[in-house]
Amino acid sequence: MAANSSFQKYQSDGSRLGNLLEWFDARFPLTSMWKTHMSEYYAPKNFNFWYFFGVISLLVLVIQFVTGIFLVMHYKPDGTLNASGIPIAFASVEYIMRDVPGGWLIRYMHSTGASAFFIAIYLHMFRGMLYGSYRKPRELIWVTGVVIFLCLMAIAFMGYLLPWGQMSYWGAQVIINLFSAIPLVGEGLSTLIRGDFVVSDATLNRFFAFHVCAVPLVLLGLVVMHVLALHEVGSNNPDGVEIKKFKDEKGIPLDSVPFHPQYTIGHDLPACVIFLILFFGVAFFLPEMGGYFLEYNNFLPADPMKTPAHLAPVWYFTPFYSMLRAMVWNFFWIDAKFWGVVSMGGGVVILAFLPWLDRSPAKSIRYRGPIFKTLLTIFVIGFVILGYLGTKAPGYYFFGYTPSEGFNPLNILLSGDIHTRLFTFYYFLFFLTMPYWSKIDKCKPVPERVTSK
Amino acid sequence: MQAGSGKGDVQMKTHAIKLLKRLAAAVLFAPVLAMASTAMHLDKAPVSTDQQKLQRGAELFIKYCLNCHSASMVRYSELKKLGFDEKKITEELIYSGGKIGDLMTIAMTRDDAEAWFGTAPPDLSLMARAKGSEFGSGADYLYTYLRGFYKDENRPTGWNNKVFDNVGMPHALWDLQGEQPAEKYDEDVADLVSFMVWMGEPDSGSRKKIGIFVIIFLAGFYVLTHKLGKTYWKNTH
Repeated sequence: MAANSSFQKYQSDGSRLGNLLEWFDARFPLTSMWKTHMSEYYAPKNFNFWYFFGVISLLVLVIQFVTGIFLVMHYKPDGTLNASGIPIAFASVEYIMRDVPGGWLIRYMHSTGASAFFIAIYLHMFRGMLYGSYRKPRELIWVTGVVIFLCLMAIAFMGYLLPWGQMSYWGAQVIINLFSAIPLVGEGLSTLIRGDFVVSDATLNRFFAFHVCAVPLVLLGLVVMHVLALHEVGSNNPDGVEIKKFKDEKGIPLDSVPFHPQYTIGHDLPACVIFLILFFGVAFFLPEMGGYFLEYNNFLPADPMKTPAHLAPVWYFTPFYSMLRAMVWNFFWIDAKFWGVVSMGGGVVILAFLPWLDRSPAKSIRYRGPIFKTLLTIFVIGFVILGYLGTKAPGYYFFGYTPSEGFNPLNILLSGDIHTRLFTFYYFLFFLTMPYWSKIDKCKPVPERVTSK
Repeated sequence: MQAGSGKGDVQMKTHAIKLLKRLAAAVLFAPVLAMASTAMHLDKAPVSTDQQKLQRGAELFIKYCLNCHSASMVRYSELKKLGFDEKKITEELIYSGGKIGDLMTIAMTRDDAEAWFGTAPPDLSLMARAKGSEFGSGADYLYTYLRGFYKDENRPTGWNNKVFDNVGMPHALWDLQGEQPAEKYDEDVADLVSFMVWMGEPDSGSRKKIGIFVIIFLAGFYVLTHKLGKTYWKNTH
């Protein structure tokens, strides 16, 4: 049988299992896939701590799929009230928590998994920024990654509506309302998303469909594309040098090790166990995480007649939520709300352009100059502060400060609103001026081959 | 700045120092100020997991709360986890004549409740979890709230509350509070609140127990995988 790949087909050793494998491999690229993506995928040998988070994201994806499937068996996307006045969707979540054997664990794993996913993804993205992993020829890996991030935000947002608590309901109400700020088509668009004029049973059902079916399908496809693109061009590394420049006589990069088993078992497996210790530590002992992973108000069933006093999205949305709230001016006679949406959406979309904004001669932070190091540090601090402020109500002051009458510099210095605007401005400035400052930054000479290990 | 006149410099410096002092003061004292101005003060609830206290709390809850409020996500059979036997539950705790597997619902309909109280009394299954905030746990809130009723002629029920201004609920525990000294009433409320915390997640005890075994297993598994992992890197330089 003609083989379609350069890898030799599996040849049986005469045993029954060997014969089966030979039969199978002749009809399916089993050996070649295994070799291309695992045992003969050569990864740089100098991966460090930051390289755990790709695999950990994948692990969380599996956890979310498996726990999600079990939740769907018992959850009911129904907004109508039962005899006690509790929405059936809300009651079915508590049914899972109380009556389904082990249901509480499945549910806590899923809710903790949502936060864990974002922690892993944020660190994974930060790794990319540290070592310039988005630079040529890895632009597509980065771009698919940004789309995965967008999908993740969509799936998390829609999933958050399903428990049908107060925060689920009003959070969705506020965010969907934002779309109505888009000129001309906005009203129609937000009605289309809700399937009604307010968030209702119709919204719950379509969000359920998107959360458990449509978006996971897209997400899975994108993850495959992300990994295929990575394996096509090869992994970057903490030195930001191309290991394919120096190969041995067999064509294997000198500074590389096979992904399997050296990275899978030798590097990622222990890391995954450490991750699981932290993950189950939260799921078993701190499932609410002080109101950050499961918000207190969401233990009250959704009530369309009662708006909660303070609305805050879950922590992983708060940096972008801050960017939304930073826009308070009606530019060009269009409502500030619209510019808020542009700013929030732009905050994610601008990430996709990073490969073309960065013009530094060095990829890795190890050899990049002081401008990059300074600006990136401020960028990270700013992003964290934006995240913190996104959990607070507008008009927040740091350290519980109460603004005094008249002119007082502290009124500005400690104002959350001012910091929100400042760091949102900085966030965009960081990217938009990058082509300039990344070019003039004083980089150190980049070595030819990887340095550590 | 070097060529600037000495006087101006000094003035600017003192100005800067003043500003710094103010900043430092703000950073140090602001939390105190904030607590004084905006925070809701909540008493720390002495939440207990003692079975005796939880049983007492359950009895109080069923007697005083479960007439107007439902706990519709909890089954009576769950009470067995508190050490009640089936006979005691069916004979003494189920007032409605239902079965032990029933949910703790109430006979009053939502429409009637709204007509009588203005708003239907909320379901209490999860109230202890829902009332958590930056000011304290949900238990702290309930503990303060249930001890915070005072007489107010201007309210239709004749009652108002320290932490929930113009509350619609009358002081349902007033006869319990009236017939005994304050410390004893506090103890009763503490038992009641402890029960409500338990009711918010009856499996939280076993959750933590299982959790310890899972973490110990994973810690052991880590040692193995770490040692195994190291062998793969022995010959790589």
